[in-house]
Amino acid sequence: MFSRMAPRGRSGLGRSLAELGLLLLAILVLLDGTVLSLEAATSSEIDTHEGKPGTHKNTSKKSFPVLGIKYDDVSVPFEISLWVLLASLMKLGFHLIPRLSNVVPESCLLISVGLLVGGILKLARDEVPPVLSDRIFFLCLLPPIILDAGYFLPIRPFVENIGTILMFAVVGTLWNAFFVGGLIYAVCQIAQDKYSEIDLSNIGILPCLLFGSIISAVDPVAVLAVFEEIHINELLHILVFGESLLNDAVTVVLYHLFEEFMESGSVSAVDALLGLVSFLIVALGGVLVGAFYGILAAFTSRFTSHTRVIEPLFVFLYSYMAYLSAEVFHLSGIMSLIACGAVMRPYVEANISHKSHTTIKYFLKMWSSVSETLIFIFLGVATVEGEHHWNWVFLTSTVVLCLVARVIGVVGLTFIINKFRIVKLTTKDQFIIAYGGLRGAIAFSLGFILHSEHKRIFLTAIITVIFFTVFVQGMTIKPLVELLAVKKKHEAKRSINEEIHTRFLDHLLTGIEDICGHYGHHHWKNKLNRFNKKYVKKILIAGDRSKEPQLIAFYHKLEMKNAIQMVESGGGSKLNSTFPSTVSMQNIQPKIHSPPSARPSERALPQLTKGREEEIRQILRTNLQKTRQRLQSYNRHTLVVDPDEEGFDDLILKKRRMMELDWKLKQMTNYLTVPRPQGSPTMSRARMASGRNTDFIPAQQKKGNKQSSDSQAYVKPGAENVPTIKIDLASPQSPDSVRLLDEVVQDQGLTMSLPSSSSRAYKTSGKDDGRDQQKLLRCLSDPGPDVDDDEDYDDDEPVPT
Amino acid sequence: MGALKSTPAPTEHYDLSEKTGFSLRQIRVLHKRFKQLSEGDDVLRREDFLGISSLKYNPIRKEIIEAFFNRRNFSPSCEGRANEIDFEEFLVVMSHFKPPCSKMTDEQRKSIRREKLKFIFNMHDSDGDGLITLEDYRHVVEELLSRSGALGKETSRAIADAAMFEVARTVGHRDPDEFYEGITFEHFLKLLSNFDIESRMNIRFLKTDVIPGCRLG
Repeated sequence: MFSRMAPRGRSGLGRSLAELGLLLLAILVLLDGTVLSLEAATSSEIDTHEGKPGTHKNTSKKSFPVLGIKYDDVSVPFEISLWVLLASLMKLGFHLIPRLSNVVPESCLLISVGLLVGGILKLARDEVPPVLSDRIFFLCLLPPIILDAGYFLPIRPFVENIGTILMFAVVGTLWNAFFVGGLIYAVCQIAQDKYSEIDLSNIGILPCLLFGSIISAVDPVAVLAVFEEIHINELLHILVFGESLLNDAVTVVLYHLFEEFMESGSVSAVDALLGLVSFLIVALGGVLVGAFYGILAAFTSRFTSHTRVIEPLFVFLYSYMAYLSAEVFHLSGIMSLIACGAVMRPYVEANISHKSHTTIKYFLKMWSSVSETLIFIFLGVATVEGEHHWNWVFLTSTVVLCLVARVIGVVGLTFIINKFRIVKLTTKDQFIIAYGGLRGAIAFSLGFILHSEHKRIFLTAIITVIFFTVFVQGMTIKPLVELLAVKKKHEAKRSINEEIHTRFLDHLLTGIEDICGHYGHHHWKNKLNRFNKKYVKKILIAGDRSKEPQLIAFYHKLEMKNAIQMVESGGGSKLNSTFPSTVSMQNIQPKIHSPPSARPSERALPQLTKGREEEIRQILRTNLQKTRQRLQSYNRHTLVVDPDEEGFDDLILKKRRMMELDWKLKQMTNYLTVPRPQGSPTMSRARMASGRNTDFIPAQQKKGNKQSSDSQAYVKPGAENVPTIKIDLASPQSPDSVRLLDEVVQDQGLTMSLPSSSSRAYKTSGKDDGRDQQKLLRCLSDPGPDVDDDEDYDDDEPVPT
Repeated sequence: MGALKSTPAPTEHYDLSEKTGFSLRQIRVLHKRFKQLSEGDDVLRREDFLGISSLKYNPIRKEIIEAFFNRRNFSPSCEGRANEIDFEEFLVVMSHFKPPCSKMTDEQRKSIRREKLKFIFNMHDSDGDGLITLEDYRHVVEELLSRSGALGKETSRAIADAAMFEVARTVGHRDPDEFYEGITFEHFLKLLSNFDIESRMNIRFLKTDVIPGCRLG
């Protein structure tokens, strides 16, 4: 993502001016806030003085206040907005500086900004507001990130590796906690730093263990932030990320456990046992609560066909409720949120309209992005704020111990895990997993709410570890990944053949397992899917969409892409020369049907063409009715791809094609066919099904507008003869526009039946499909995730078939 | 019925272990299963497979069963179909699903991949002529979708057509006059080059206890 920021044709001066301007703006915003809060301070002082005999106030005549400052009323929202604005501006700023974002991960930059801001605030007011209070963090900042992660969680790799992930999350975290806690205690007892005022040996074993449990958890926010940018292969990503999500339960339990112990002062075996039970309850309870709310959300979405506007709201609300409910009972809120998102997604996606999809996608990305930015900035500010107790021994030993514990833990666990895995984890994998164990704001917040006398020193140590992992590990992981040649994310798009074979393989393996007679995980997966299809889907999904199997959905999406391209490229004879047509459907016929000696013209029988073409039309018609769209992506930052980035030649090509198409369409205004059954919202979704080409660039080009920002070109409904192919999704008259699209597509179908150019046209479009598909898919400007992500995780079942 | 023998394994098993790469324990258990399926006979027939009840939900059941009787899966040189198979051939077919060993050279990995893909190729190519024609592929997709029960032949045909299209396109330019008869094995390999079949097409033979009285008939 960052690499794509390499600007072309930049005007050096203009750019640096822009950056400068942005920086100035940011500083202004800051100062504004500072000044105003200073004002607030002084004005509040004045107010308090008013309590005193107000006589001297009354003596001076108060003239009518034409302009006054009343800051107190709006202070809280004002400051919040200011912070968010600052965060967003910073984000903008980083992307303007090309080199920086390649070398330094965003999280580091944000923390630095936080430090800076904290420093400024401290200088200005000699006191820094405690912005990262635990309540704000846990209730407002963390949930969006986790929901985003959970909703877009790639289910298939997650479930396939669930054993490994759980091992790392549970056993690994426990090991880390005890190792670090225990050894830190030992260090405290032994070491005596003459230069520090703090007497380390005062720290008992329990506080040390508590400290260990806080510091041992891998943090999802940090992991996401860093791993997002390095694009490693899916397996490693899901392992580290899954671990960071699931270890929340362990952390919660350990934390409360040790806190309780510290209160009560003594530990017994029963308590330990209760701890274990508590862990199970926390974890499973969290998941159940989440699943419950997820099912509720899915069920609700079944009935929202008349009030599409509030559909996204349900998703967000139910998820947040899941989180809060779990927190009420001290269950793991994170796991609850993940479970809720993951459970509801396949059903909700089948039910809601396209626009709601987009809305949900956008909002989640936006909130989580802002949240993450804020978290890092606040981390920086909070660092400046508190008083720190520096004790070099403690700090260095903490950092070292954390690293050592992580490495030993990963290596040891992998040794055990590899015995059970088919695809073993190599040393390189282990290294990345160990190195990717970043700590983050969760640790900080947990430390913040400690009620211990040693809170300060713990907090300092936590911050040190966080800084170390985020800065050192975060910055070096990218070059290390390159150096070690770790397998990167697979960038190709999924072809229909691969999809067919994925399904085929699933059934094949299930069959073989049945023949072998043992109930392997394919067997259970199959059972779950059958159960899902038979009962659950009927309840939770409205209408007949519940019956659509995945292969067909995938195929429809593909067909949709093709249809769009046919529309866009015109399929016209003009393009014959540009793309030498090679393959056509007529060529792919079994040999028996026509003798090899037959001449090509005979083979390309119009009779075959017509039948074929009828089929195609029929298919398109039916497909367009039934296509659904998928939401896939857990990639955060690359939401909008600016078309201009892709190069001007593509635009020009498109423009040319657009003009050709226009010309072509003008020629066939009288060839409209009729039927349009239900113009369901799926229609427009069908178009979006490509996930990418929501913006019909040609139309935009036509308008002379090169900035096709996000999506949605325009269909003027009511144009009976479809002279243009501007399609509007945002217009309230979507059924109309939908109908028009269909007519356009029908149009294309009819293009093929023109006797003169039928076979040729069809052949071309057939060939065009392929190439154009590749091309168009590259030239995206849609508010969609990364190119590759679209195809990957198209799951509409909890366990994909 | 075949209880697990506590006597040392017969010598055939050693040979089979050599040949197929299964461990002795796995062979013993598979042998037990073989006996269960064949009801004590020495050979398996198609009807024996049809008796497995859990298989009946499987949309590609017929192809799977056929794969066991397809001589090309026993060794590359054989042709045609058998009507009954013995234990060795059963094992050979099963060995296609063995998990790969952790340390493999690239050569080994390639050959394993080839083997597994050949197995699937043979499953698709029902008439055994070494080509997957459009009809074959259509049939495959139809079968896959048959259990979903929802849609007509049209869609499955359309999917198969699109898939063939993609193959033709992937494989390379062809003269429009030239005829694309079907997917050869080489094309098939190329098509699925991104598909990491060696790590996906595996059954864990670790869990080797056969469920007694396991759902026969």
